[in-house]
Amino acid sequence: MVTITTVETLQDAAANKGQGTAFLGGGTLLMRGVNYGDQNVSRIVRLRQPESLAGVSSEGERVRLGACATMATILKSADVAFLHAVARAVGGPAIRNMATVGGNVFAPHPYGDFAVALLALDAKLRMSDGSELELERLLAARETETRLIESVSAMRPAGDDFRFLKVTRVKPRGASVLSIAAWLPRRAGRISGARVAFGAMAPTPVRTPAVEAALEGVSLDQNGIDRALQSVANDLNPPDDSLASGWYRKEVAPVHLKRLLLGQGTR
Amino acid sequence: MSSVEFRKDLFNDERDDNLQEIGKPTRRQDILGHVTGRSPYYDDHLFDGLLHMRCVRSPHHHARIRSIDTGMAERMPGVIRVVLARDVPNNLNTLLSLINFGKDEEKLIQDTKVAYIGEPVAAIIAETDRQARDACAAVKVDYEVLNHVLDPEEALSSDAPVVNEIYPNNTFDYHDLYDHQKLRFGDVEKGFAEADHIVEGEYQMSPIEQAPIETCGAIAAPETNDRYVCYTSTQALFFSLGTTAKLLNMASSRLHFIGGTVGGGFGGKVDSIVEPLSVLGAVLTGRPVKFMWDRTEEMQVGAPRGAERWRIKDGVARDGRILARAFTGFFDAGAYTRLSSYAIIKCSAHLPGPYTIPNVASNVFCVFTNRTPATAMRGFGITGVDFAIECHMDKVAETVGLNPIELRILNAYRDGDMKPHRRLAKNTALIECCQVAAQKSGWSIGADATRQSSLLGGGGARAEIPETVTDSAGRIGERRRAPVPTAPGEGAASKGHVRAGTQGIPIVAAAPQDEDMVIDPARTGYRGPSSTPTRIPDAAMTPDHSLQPAAAAAAPPPASRPGPVAPPSSSQYQQAKPPPPAAQMAPEPPAAQPPAVPQQPASQPYKPEKPFSRGVNRPGVSRFLSGSRRR
Amino acid sequence: MSKTPVQFSLNGSPAAVFVDDAQNLLDVLRRGVGDLSPKYGCGQGTCGSCTVLIDGEPHLSCLTLAETVEGRAVETTNGLAEGPQLHALQEAFMENFAAQCGYCTPGMLMAAKALLDRTPRPSREEVIEAISGNICRCTGYEPIIDAILAASGQPTRRTG
Ligand SMILES: Cc1cc2nc3c(=O)[nH]c(=O)nc-3n(C[C@H](O)[C@H](O)[C@H](O)COP(=O)(O)OP(=O)(O)OC[C@H]3O[C@@H](n4cnc5c(N)ncnc54)[C@H](O)[C@@H]3O)c2cc1C
Ligand code: FES
Ligand code: FES
Repeated sequence: MVTITTVETLQDAAANKGQGTAFLGGGTLLMRGVNYGDQNVSRIVRLRQPESLAGVSSEGERVRLGACATMATILKSADVAFLHAVARAVGGPAIRNMATVGGNVFAPHPYGDFAVALLALDAKLRMSDGSELELERLLAARETETRLIESVSAMRPAGDDFRFLKVTRVKPRGASVLSIAAWLPRRAGRISGARVAFGAMAPTPVRTPAVEAALEGVSLDQNGIDRALQSVANDLNPPDDSLASGWYRKEVAPVHLKRLLLGQGTR
Repeated sequence: MSSVEFRKDLFNDERDDNLQEIGKPTRRQDILGHVTGRSPYYDDHLFDGLLHMRCVRSPHHHARIRSIDTGMAERMPGVIRVVLARDVPNNLNTLLSLINFGKDEEKLIQDTKVAYIGEPVAAIIAETDRQARDACAAVKVDYEVLNHVLDPEEALSSDAPVVNEIYPNNTFDYHDLYDHQKLRFGDVEKGFAEADHIVEGEYQMSPIEQAPIETCGAIAAPETNDRYVCYTSTQALFFSLGTTAKLLNMASSRLHFIGGTVGGGFGGKVDSIVEPLSVLGAVLTGRPVKFMWDRTEEMQVGAPRGAERWRIKDGVARDGRILARAFTGFFDAGAYTRLSSYAIIKCSAHLPGPYTIPNVASNVFCVFTNRTPATAMRGFGITGVDFAIECHMDKVAETVGLNPIELRILNAYRDGDMKPHRRLAKNTALIECCQVAAQKSGWSIGADATRQSSLLGGGGARAEIPETVTDSAGRIGERRRAPVPTAPGEGAASKGHVRAGTQGIPIVAAAPQDEDMVIDPARTGYRGPSSTPTRIPDAAMTPDHSLQPAAAAAAPPPASRPGPVAPPSSSQYQQAKPPPPAAQMAPEPPAAQPPAVPQQPASQPYKPEKPFSRGVNRPGVSRFLSGSRRR
Repeated sequence: MSKTPVQFSLNGSPAAVFVDDAQNLLDVLRRGVGDLSPKYGCGQGTCGSCTVLIDGEPHLSCLTLAETVEGRAVETTNGLAEGPQLHALQEAFMENFAAQCGYCTPGMLMAAKALLDRTPRPSREEVIEAISGNICRCTGYEPIIDAILAASGQPTRRTG
């Protein structure tokens, strides 16, 4: 059985967290579990007014997204146009009206496309206890995290420095065979401080340090990216699922990374 | 609609061109209900006090059940009833038992051994769906995990685990004789010997889930007249009714089934699992009970189109004529028969595809493995092998260096040709389809191929049944003792011959089981061919092999089409034609003469051993049909 | 088990029901309110047959916690027609053979309505995007896409 607790603030919600308790974002994953009798969730805590945590705003060179902002909210905000392609890649229109940024960070494999983009954009989380936390740190330990996410801040990339690509079996929309996000700041045509993240290639969205290192100082052309493409396999050990085998994912990852880096087939 | 193009120039003398509906846009008669959301699917019937049923399912491919502990589940909130195997009055069935095909082998709820992931071992009925799920999670089943087998050919090996104890050889028994269905036509070995090329190929396909958007389900409720109403998603209402009557050992007259509005079926809604369970629930609780699969169940335990593996071996002449074709086929039935046994019969009648090949042989196996039982899906029995055949045709074309469409036209069947299951082909149209397809796709074909017609060149020598080589390899149980090759003819200790022009065994139509099943032209307006037997003449039932000429059993060639004219390439068939019927056929023990296609053993026309023996014991009334038959 | 009262507007009329803990909106609409037009196809957001509009936007009712629609406006296929006058989408679905078994149809109609309410003359690509969360196993989608274009007063590809 599942009981519902409705609270006013995220802090109240966090105070309620405990064994078998889950915080309701858009519910696209949580309610699926409820419908299917998930025995790990016996209490759902929800905010009476989740809209209060659904704002999207600019903060200098960064943007801040409320954890309860939905993909549809993102798509309505001109401040975060660079994230529109990412938000549009999540589910169909109805899912996008429900799916939240906070929930996406906790979405299990093969989901979490939005978190992949956030990871590439150096996202920092503001948690319910007021602390700041790098998204990367949270992802590494998300199974045991008890705090809630209040908002996320991410870099606002310049020009076409940010790229995102998602590969699906079903068209036009489906779950990821893999997704890739890359933030490629350039100085005089050379990449400096690249961040590259993959989705559906590990239990959580992950960065690929070897690829990032291989991109340092190179120009975005076939020769420049060659070593990065070869490094993909070093960083990733993707799982098998009904969409694709881990072997297949590993084989095609460099192909898609190449398309992303050379600007072919981005969306 | 406008994208449909009619080729009325083809076969135009075979029909009047006064079609009222075909080719014209029309509205579905039920579409108003669909667009207003008011079409009454089974779940669109509301009941006060509706209870919900869910199943406890096996997490293992194969395991013995040591014990089932439902104590905790019974005490959970909202739980009304736990249903176990012992609650099912007649807990053994096979789907086709209603037409007397196969042995009872599958339990509605298991209590001894599970043979696939998701096989039900208990059902829980509770006030809400969630309560039923929670209680299911609280049932403790102690399993002894057994070795499992997931590949049909591995299941044939002598040391494979026994999947289904009723069929201990992991194969369905055909005609009480063989562990596979045989088809023999001519002599493939002779054809291979005459061929310039041997082309071999292996093809396989995975199971395919029908995935209707409405999941399988049913709601049953007690009615006021000691009957039970059942709203169901079934695609086969009376089949489901009959199956329910049998499993619940209940007179079919007490069952009131309502269906017909189905949210997609595609073959996946004939298996009649949800109906008996929901009616059983209503019987045990006295309340309305809904048993609705969720999507996970639909995908995991909903019977798919089964996996198939095919090996094809062709003997091909230099010019592309296929002289012989041998098939070895494996249907993965999953753990229980459902409809796979029947798919193979249908398949065997289809071989070798829409081509006239003078020598054809096939062995097709219905194999039990620890996978989800397989069942019907759009053209099942045909679709998989057609995929294999058409891939193989391309391979043949490549081997002999021929245009693949011309190769198909060269080998296409034509009106009046004899098919290996010993029926004459009629209304064939493969040649015309190939010609139009070539034209539409801008694929050029030669003048000779463009001139061919399905109406011309068939029949004559091509209408004859050749002398046929038979063998008795693969008797039931043989493979358990020692490996036996699976390809046709291989591993046979001895071979038999059936004289050219003969059937091997007489083909007789299934006799009506009851007077009222005899077609009454006055009532139906149908005047079937006068040669259709209505009662099997006693003579036909004697185990005498004085074989009748084929023409007597086969339908006469269509009279409306022009008589067959030899095709340009017909000389091949002259060459390949067997010698005139041998004066006498070596008399063999009947067992050494496998039936080519007819489904009943030679000496036994269709006759249920114990026809419809359970149910209302009123003479002349089937237990499994509502009410009494019209007399 | 506790019951929670929920009030919302259903197709323009006030509705009030008691919902069970964690009950989803689909179940409440169907068994609580008796609006049978949204359908259950998966209970996990993948099929779209339960699509309803909440405050004008498409949502999956099977994944919507019923209590969260308190005070909001819910629309279903049941409310599409005005009296005997069918909605243009309904007419177009009938004309274009956009339903076979009809089980996906109510969800398709709601997804399409959300699109046309916002974008009265959508492109074919926008139509495809709008129904990308709805599965149809019968029609192959083309008749549905045509019907939605036809309802927006635009020529369909095949007849146009
Ligand atoms: C049909 C379908 C298609 C989908 N397609 C995609 C896709 O293409 N790409 C993709 O990435 N995902 C996809 N998803 C998964 C999912 O919808 C998204 O990942 C979504 O962003 C999850 O957010 P939510 O608000 O719905 O999460 P919920 O279901 O509400 O919550 C999920 C988990 O996150 C936790 N959580 C939620 N918010 C917070 C918070 N603020 N702080 C801490 N914990 C929180 C919850 O407690 C819960 O454990 C799909 C899902 C479905 C059903
Ligand atoms: S039932 Fe809600 S999406 Fe399938
Ligand atoms: S019409 Fe049957 S699923 Fe769409």
